[in-house]
Amino acid sequence: MIIPRVPVQHRRLLPDHRLSGPTPWVIAILMMLTLLAAAAGVGLARSANAIGDAIAGRVTVQIVTANPVTRAQQAAALRRAAAAQPFVLSARSVEPEELQATLGQWFGSTEGDDPVLKSLPLPALVDIDFVGEDRAGPMRALRTLVAREAPGARIIPHAEWLGPVARLIRSLAWIAGGMVVLMALASAAVVIMTARAALGTHYATIEMLHLIGATDRQITRLFQRRIAIDTAYGILLGSLVAAAILLLIGWQWSGVTSGLATTASLGPGGWALLLALPLLAIALAALTARQTLLAALKKIL
Amino acid sequence: MTDAAPARPGGAMVEFDGVGLRYGPDAEVLCDISFNLQPGSFYFLTGASGAGKTSLLKMLYLAQRPSRGIVRLFGEDLVAMPRHRLPGFRRRIGVVFQDFRLIPHLSARDNIALPLRIAGVSEEDLSGPVGEMLSWIGLGDRAEARPATLSGGEQQRVAIARAVIARPQLLVADEPTGNVDPEMAMRLLGLFEALNRLGTTVVVATHDIHLISRIENAQMMRLERGRLSDPTGALRYPPANRT
Repeated sequence: MIIPRVPVQHRRLLPDHRLSGPTPWVIAILMMLTLLAAAAGVGLARSANAIGDAIAGRVTVQIVTANPVTRAQQAAALRRAAAAQPFVLSARSVEPEELQATLGQWFGSTEGDDPVLKSLPLPALVDIDFVGEDRAGPMRALRTLVAREAPGARIIPHAEWLGPVARLIRSLAWIAGGMVVLMALASAAVVIMTARAALGTHYATIEMLHLIGATDRQITRLFQRRIAIDTAYGILLGSLVAAAILLLIGWQWSGVTSGLATTASLGPGGWALLLALPLLAIALAALTARQTLLAALKKIL
Repeated sequence: MTDAAPARPGGAMVEFDGVGLRYGPDAEVLCDISFNLQPGSFYFLTGASGAGKTSLLKMLYLAQRPSRGIVRLFGEDLVAMPRHRLPGFRRRIGVVFQDFRLIPHLSARDNIALPLRIAGVSEEDLSGPVGEMLSWIGLGDRAEARPATLSGGEQQRVAIARAVIARPQLLVADEPTGNVDPEMAMRLLGLFEALNRLGTTVVVATHDIHLISRIENAQMMRLERGRLSDPTGALRYPPANRT
């Protein structure tokens, strides 16, 4: 049991005021940071996975033939030929308007009527998604296909340019996970110090209880209960503050609709983890307190 | 000298045989202590300050293991006894400490009820005996008072009530009448005697020679510089065992 049941009369063996002074506040801060780090870790991990899934099997064929008519014909022929291949999941020609709209953001022209933009010799692009996990075989077959349908075209695997970003995001997720572990250890250290301080403060009472026949288990349950309640207050407070911060960030994040930002979310598993963390923290605190107290009591006859 | 002859077991409640006690690397504070305490007997432990009375009592109430020798309590070897078995033995021993050792944030009633609560007695069952005990020590109207608001004598009475409330088989008292007036001292001694008549073995450490003379058939142990002397010869060869 996380918070042991102790008869009301036995609870009075410890003074009414809180044992641990600043402990709930320190635990609250650590819990808030733990939850924020965990949320960041989960979000980043999901983002890295989403990017990885998106880029792993996708290539873009860039056709740069000078003649625009030939260029368009080559793009259409390549798209048709690729779509007919068993190793291709989908093949899509990127429309010139889509390219102009993307470039227009950089040219400061969002309407698509910029004469400079219209005069640019834009390449024809064909996005191709492969079937399955094997990449080497489909790439060889695609190169043959491209050489036949659009000689001189360039094949760009997305993993080449988005891969480092995904790796960076994944590294950040691991760092966030590491911070969660470190803060859990720091919380456990706070609980150990609290338990030892409580034993020191109440040594005379403990000695008296021992001498009239109290068992280590009886004494431990008293202190374990009090420490678990103290830390539970801190964990609850820290969790509430972290939840408020996460909701605020989530609300602001919902306004971000471009690029990699859309891949970051917590998902049901992430929310479940964040909800479980406070309970795990209370259990960790109670267990740590129990082991610390039992170890300390064993040193007393 | 009492330490010359071997201890006689034979149903003794407490047996010390060749017991020595030292704290750290210093010389022994108790040396070659050997005696038996018979069930239902009354003993006074005397000796000058620093003779080792409190150290000897600490071994009796299981707050200290000896550095050497054999200690048997209720027929069991305490030196080799695992720690987890000690609470069961401690519940059979009542202790009156020289410095009372009341729990400061508990009322007189709760301090007295403590041994019963630790032993798992229900609130319903302990309220009667605790109330009677409070009345007997004359603190019926101060049941909810904290120790800090009680006089030294009142604290002493609460400490004694706590020691005897669970009807221990062995009662160990370290200067139990040091802080009470002569009238209360006699009442407390009367309580010890009554408990003794009910079968409790009583060991009282005291400087008060007048107290010793008040109890018939009481036997005396005297500590001198960490060694036990036996002026009555009753420790090794108590009347019941003499041949």
